[in-house]
This record gives sequence, C-alpha cells and structure tokens, in this order.
Amino acid sequence: MSSRHSELGLSDSEYELIVAKLGREPGGVELAMFSLMWSEHCAYKHSRKLLRRLPTEGPRVLLGPGENAGAIDVGGGLAVAFKVESHNHPSAVEPFQGAATGVGGILRDVFAVGARPIAVLDSLRFGELASPRSRYLLDRAVAGIGFYGNSIGVPTVGGEVYFEAAYEQNCLVNAMCLGIAEHDRLIRSAANGPGNVLVLFGALTGRDGIGGASVLASAELGEGDEAKRPSVQIGDPFAEKKLLECSLELLDQGLLASLQDLGAAGLTSSSSEMASGGGLGIDLDVDRVPLREADMEPFEIMVSESQERMLCVVEPARMKEVLAVCAKWETTATAIGTVTDTARLRVLRGEEVVGDMPVAALVDHCPLYDLDPVAPASPIYPAPPAVLRGDEAPRDVLLALLGSANLADRRPLFEQYDWLVQSRTMRRPDEADAAVLLLPGGGALGVSIDGNGRRVACDPERGAAEAVYECAANLACVGAQPEGLTNCLNFGNPEKPHIGWQLSRAVEGMATACEALGVPVVGGNVSLYNEGPEGPILPTPVVGMVGRMPDAARAGRAGWTREGDAIALIGAFAPAPAGSELAKLRGEAPAGPLPEADPDAIRDAHGTVRSAVRAGTLASAHDIAEGGLAVALAEACVLGGLGARVEPPGETIDLLFGEAPGRAFVVSGARDALGALDRAVLIGEVGGDRLVCGPIDVPVAELRAVREGGLRAAFP
Amino acid sequence: MRFGVVRFPGSCDDVDALLACERVGEAEILWHADRSLHGSDAVVIPGGFSYGDYLRVGAIARFAPVMESVARFAAEGGPVLGICNGFQVLCEAGLLPGALLPNASLRFVCRQVGVEVIDAATAWTAACSPGDVLSIPAKHQSGRYVVGPEQAEDVRVALRYVSGVNPNGSWQDVAGVVNAAGNVLGLMPHPEHAVDPLTGSVDGLRIFGSVARAAVGV
Repeated sequence: MSSRHSELGLSDSEYELIVAKLGREPGGVELAMFSLMWSEHCAYKHSRKLLRRLPTEGPRVLLGPGENAGAIDVGGGLAVAFKVESHNHPSAVEPFQGAATGVGGILRDVFAVGARPIAVLDSLRFGELASPRSRYLLDRAVAGIGFYGNSIGVPTVGGEVYFEAAYEQNCLVNAMCLGIAEHDRLIRSAANGPGNVLVLFGALTGRDGIGGASVLASAELGEGDEAKRPSVQIGDPFAEKKLLECSLELLDQGLLASLQDLGAAGLTSSSSEMASGGGLGIDLDVDRVPLREADMEPFEIMVSESQERMLCVVEPARMKEVLAVCAKWETTATAIGTVTDTARLRVLRGEEVVGDMPVAALVDHCPLYDLDPVAPASPIYPAPPAVLRGDEAPRDVLLALLGSANLADRRPLFEQYDWLVQSRTMRRPDEADAAVLLLPGGGALGVSIDGNGRRVACDPERGAAEAVYECAANLACVGAQPEGLTNCLNFGNPEKPHIGWQLSRAVEGMATACEALGVPVVGGNVSLYNEGPEGPILPTPVVGMVGRMPDAARAGRAGWTREGDAIALIGAFAPAPAGSELAKLRGEAPAGPLPEADPDAIRDAHGTVRSAVRAGTLASAHDIAEGGLAVALAEACVLGGLGARVEPPGETIDLLFGEAPGRAFVVSGARDALGALDRAVLIGEVGGDRLVCGPIDVPVAELRAVREGGLRAAFP
Repeated sequence: MRFGVVRFPGSCDDVDALLACERVGEAEILWHADRSLHGSDAVVIPGGFSYGDYLRVGAIARFAPVMESVARFAAEGGPVLGICNGFQVLCEAGLLPGALLPNASLRFVCRQVGVEVIDAATAWTAACSPGDVLSIPAKHQSGRYVVGPEQAEDVRVALRYVSGVNPNGSWQDVAGVVNAAGNVLGLMPHPEHAVDPLTGSVDGLRIFGSVARAAVGV
C-alpha cells in the first residue's frame, strides 16, 4: 500500500528523518510543506554536493548562489543581476503556459533582488521537427514566451533552439533574465527584525500549480501526463507588470526590509527561505491570505504556485506607505504574518496552529545524496536517421547543413519576440554572436546563452566545458569580457548510474572551463528527471554569460561588412566530426571522444578577438561552431549580404564541416591590420555574390534561401 | 515644446517614448488616473498592453480619466500621437476611424519595416515630404487596420507600409492614419525606437521633430 508521504515523493527514510526532526508525526500541512522543501527541485538533494565544485567567487560578484538571482558589478555604480531557470516539465505538459510562466518566474527572480529586468534569453530543445508533437510544442512554447515577455515590456534579445529525438517527450524550456540596478538598490531575501510584518502582494492565491515542484519537476514524465495539467500554473503578464513596477517603486522609496518572489512551492519555500536567511522565525496566518477560491485548505494555500506574487518584510511604521504604493499599482497587499525570533515556521489558521516546524529542518536538513556514477557500457542514445549518404559533394553537404533545423535561420522564432523595447538593444538577434545591450555612460553588455546536448552526450566533461568556451567566444565576437555565468543543468534521473556519470562529469568540465576563463558561477538551476518513456534527454548543461565592453559603438557583428576586406582564422583550428551536425546528418549516434581543448590557447584566442573588436580592427567576428568552418563562412556571407573567396586550411569534408566549438573564429577586416594580429591566418577576401571555398561555390542568394527555408515550414 | 507621455498600467514603451521626446523637447509622464495634462503642448500615447489588453485592445484604456482630457485637447487642435497600443486606444476612443485587429498571421511580429509618408500635411509628418520612406520597427500582435465601408472614403492615410512589407495584413497597407484636422496621428510602427543610430535608424526623429518644428513656427 502506498503511503501519503510516498505519494508526495518522500522516501521512507526521509519521512523517518522528518519524524525525528519534529519529535512526532507531521500533520497534513507539515507533510505537504516538507514534501516540497525536500523535493529535488527545492533541495537539490542529488546535485548540491556536486555544485560545490563550481567556482563562485570573483572580484565583481555582488550576489552569489543562494539569492533569487546572482549579481555582478559592471562599473559606474551599476550591478547586473541575472539567472537562468528551467520550466521543462510544465512546458512538456502545457507548452504555452509552461513557457510563459517560465519567463514570468525568472523575471520575478531578477526584480526580487531589486533590479529592473532589461532582457530575456531562452534556450529551447524539442524533438525532431518531423514530429507533429515537437512542432506543436515549439509553436506553443515560442508563443508563450512571446506572450509573457512582449506584454510586460522586457525584450527577448537572444537564445538558441535545437531539435533532437531525445527531447521528443521531454522538451526543454530554459529562460534567462538579466536586470540592472544601482549597487545600493540590491536587496536580499533574508528576513530581518523580529516584529516586522510579512506582506504578501500581487495576485490572489488559487489552486493552480499545486504540487508543481514535487509532482512535475521532480519525477520523470510518463503516461497520463495530461492529468498533470492542473499542476501547471497560468500566467498573467499584466499582473506581473504591475507587480514589477510596484516592487521597484517600493524599493525606490526604501520601504522594504527584504523581498522574495514566490516561485516553486509558493508560500512554503518563500517564507521558510526568508526565515532561514535571517536565522529567524515566521508566524504566518493562512486565513489572511487573499484567495481566488474561498474554500481552500491550509495546505493548499501553503503549496499553491499561483503566479505573480511577492513576499516582503516591512517595518510596522512603513506599512501605510507600502499599502499606498501597492494601491497606486492596483496590487493587492496584505499583512499575513510576523517575523519572530523563534527560528520556527508556524502556520496558523486564525487562532489554530496547523503547522509548527523548525525552519532549519525545512530548509537545511533534507538529506543530500551522493551519486553513484558509472559510465555506460554501451551507447545510451540511438543513431538518428541518415539524411546524407556520405558521398555528397561538399556544396551539397553545406546546403543540407544550412537548411537543417538545427542550423537554419531562427527568424521565424525571434520575430515573434519584441527584441527592442527599453531602447538598449544594439545587436539584434542574427546581427552578432551575442546580444549587445547599451548601458548608461556609453558602455554595453554582451550576453549569450549556449549549450549542446549532443556533444555532452558524446563526452560529458569536454562537452560541458565547450559550452562555457563557446559562450565566452560569442561574447568575444562582440568585444565583451565575460564577468559572470549562470547555468541550468538539464539531465535525466540522477539515481541512474549513467545519468549520475553524465552529471558529475559535466559539472567537472564546466568547473574546469570556468576556472580557466576566470568566470564565476553566480547562480543557476538544476533540472533533473528529464526522461520520457523512451529514455533520458541528452545531457544538456546550458550556460548563460554576461560580459562588459567599454565602447558600445564598437560592438562586433557576425556578417561581413565591407567588400575587399581580408578574411582570417584566429585560434586553434582542429575540428573533428565527433558530435557534429555533420555526424548527425550522416546518421551517426552521438559518441565521443571530442577534440581536446587547450584552455590557454582558448583564452588567448578569445583575448585576441576581443581586443581587436574593441580596437575597431575587425569589421566582423564570428565563432566557428555548429557546422564548422564552411557553415561559419556561409553565415557571415548571408548576414552581411556579401560573398567571399576563401582558401580553407583543408578541403576534406571533416575539415570543412567538423566541429571544435569555442576555439576558433572567422574574422574580417583590413588586410594589414588582420595580418598583424596574433595567430591570425589569412584565408581569403570578402566580395562578390558567391561563397567560393575550396571545392564549394554557391551563390549567397542560394545560401540565404536554403537557410531561411529550414524552419519556415514549422510556422505556416 | 513640452510633451506629455501617458502611462497606463501595462504601458511598455512609455519610457522609450519619453526618451525620444526628450531628444526634441521636454517631456514628462502623465499618469492614467490623473485628468491633468500638466500643460503639455503635445500628447503621446505609447505602446504596450494597457490594462493587459485581455479584452479587445485599447478597449479599457479609452475609459481612463486621462483620456477625457486627451479627447478635449485633441478637439481643441492639440497634437496627439498614438503609437501601436496608443493607436489602438485612439481608435477605441473614436478620435480616429477604424479598428486594429489581430495580425493576419495570428502571431506577434517584430520587424524593421519601410514606411512611406503619404500625407505630409499633418502635425506629426510636417518635417517629411510625401514619398519619403522611413525605416522604423513594427512590433505588435494586433496591427491589422480595418475600416468599415461607410468610413473608408473619409480615412486620411498618413503612412503606408512600402510595397510587399505589410507585416499584419492591414487594409491598403495602412501603417498610420490621421484625423481630418491633421493633429491626431495613430501608427503601428514605433518611431520612438528609431531615434538612435546605435540601436537602428534615426528616421523616427522626423515624426517627433515635425511637431516640435510646428510648435516653434518654422
């Protein structure tokens, strides 16, 4: 017979531990709250030990992991707060609302630290485009992201999307947000001042999203997931827009002692984490929580994941002013509790105590598990169907790659997003390898999000390191120096030894690369149990990186800009077919090993490109990633509307289309200036209306047409 | 020249419009619940999703207290510019003919478009000449301009999408219309997002510059 605690996802030993911590059996409200706080989603119980391996400190770090979002100093008294988070399982069950509320949640994380959200990026994975389910998920997830971001006035400035059969049932929707604030405006979530008032403001609390963190986010997907739709939250961007403006105005006026958003596990996690951060207790009366439905049980109120809500701590003397600001923004605000010095979280219904737990037991005492990593004896992922026979001419291989779903023009997606509101977007999607956002004072931020599950499946350690290197390479192409990183680790069930192996090797690779580049991880998210009946997703660590550049006017572009410019290769150029898009089209299963990476050489190459972009030496800069050198050249032609004549370092298919992302760049500029750069090898010249590269000779118009066609069919 | 930029709950491009106005004059935000226009010489109703626009676009905003004053100001000949959601609000308020329906694609679209000036004898296009093409971004979910047959003949078209770039299925490629008196202009593209060479084009400045120029009597 299945017991109540196991239905809620707690193991017998975890339940016994809860009984020991309380000194008695937990009541119904308490058990519901423990089941959420001790879920994988909230407690990181299978990943926390591993995450300690990631470097988190640096001279510019203002807020590190553990806050609602990390933040770094970007000069001029300004801070940039940012974080990436997953909303995979809700999106797999209901893609429009799942993706929309994913954006809503990450926006709240950023304004919860006092920063105004200035940009969203997203990282998406679906099954193959040939699958009707995948096209449905893609269409609705993109619409959901646009619906929320567009309506709230935060631009979606970049992102990535890939299609692989392993994501067929379990798509990935990761959203990243960054915001800016004056340093002294940043606020932490830790409750302070016993006697202070706990105020809930924003939307009413309803039955939506009950059990989202435990039911959806901490178990594999399977049959009957439609029945989980009630666990998916419903987004209201207008409510969030008011909440955002209201929160920032409350902070502007200095009215709040601390601030926290309500995300997964709703009031349970927000109140207990605020109490935990301050080493204090909280008394919370569910009878005072404004409800959408009158007859909600205390446990439902405590676990509801209704969106667009925030919790703040206010000194009693400031309550009147707080309520006035909330009234101005037509936002409901209610005192629902008090900060205490008991270090206990007490849940009251009027006079009746319905829950009374030590805060530490909820927040800190969930057991952490070691993984049992074992490399799989045989390949986990099947080979994809072959699109190429293997004897095609190089020009046909190039066209097949450019038109493939993973490399085709992303315009049908990003045109559904407002990428320019707030007047900061200097480099729009498809103009450069990273988005560029203007800062006050003439500087700018470069920001990019990257991941490549197929390469991590080949070789988790090197593949995850490559994601970091490639993200930094994208920043180098616009002239930005990486300053901080956020990650989202999307993996299968970590209790399975081969998934544990993928996860632990990937964290090791990511840590090594972060150390090599000197980039701290300031926050992130782990999404486990991403499996469907057919098996696990590709291991997909996603990396979001933020960098600075001193002179916005010199931000780099990816496409050629001037007829007659020389073209050069910068960096170690030693591509290999393993894990490449070429290998996929040839029908090869993802299998390693990936080429070795030399961190010193990578750092030097990035530095050369970054400095040359900043100096105005380069007219274009583009990193060589998916599809290899030939695809990078073709993209520079299409984006710049100019042809090129190139003598590649080799003419074999593997050299033209093999991959080693993050290491090498295709750049253009005046011949003399390029020749003087470190490690630049001149390989050709910009001009004409054809790409001529060794055995390849294709009109740019044909490259463009093929590239534009790849995703068009998915958005009729 | 003093611009007032209306802010409804749900306005998104209000700060962008404010910054654009400040490039040619002074500007301040006008709060939706406040009937006073604070002595503005021109009023801009910016883009966004006023009151969420979960109902028909602009249908709630037209009832905001500030709109009573905007209507009076417009009737007295004061220059009023409605951009995107602002255009939708002006149509709902009856200050401009026609209505804006969901795009023919049923999708949000964000794209730089060419917009041809058809009528340069308006407060907001006086710095242009008929036939000028402005490069301005359009971004909207409901930008398909339609007008009933009984009103069609009276519609004064100020701006059209250049041939082949109509992003939303608008009737006769209409991008913007002006009232009979020439002082109230509504347009779907966003001139306030075309005022800085670093973020795209500067063609939008000619819209804001037109009214500023008129004000100083050039």
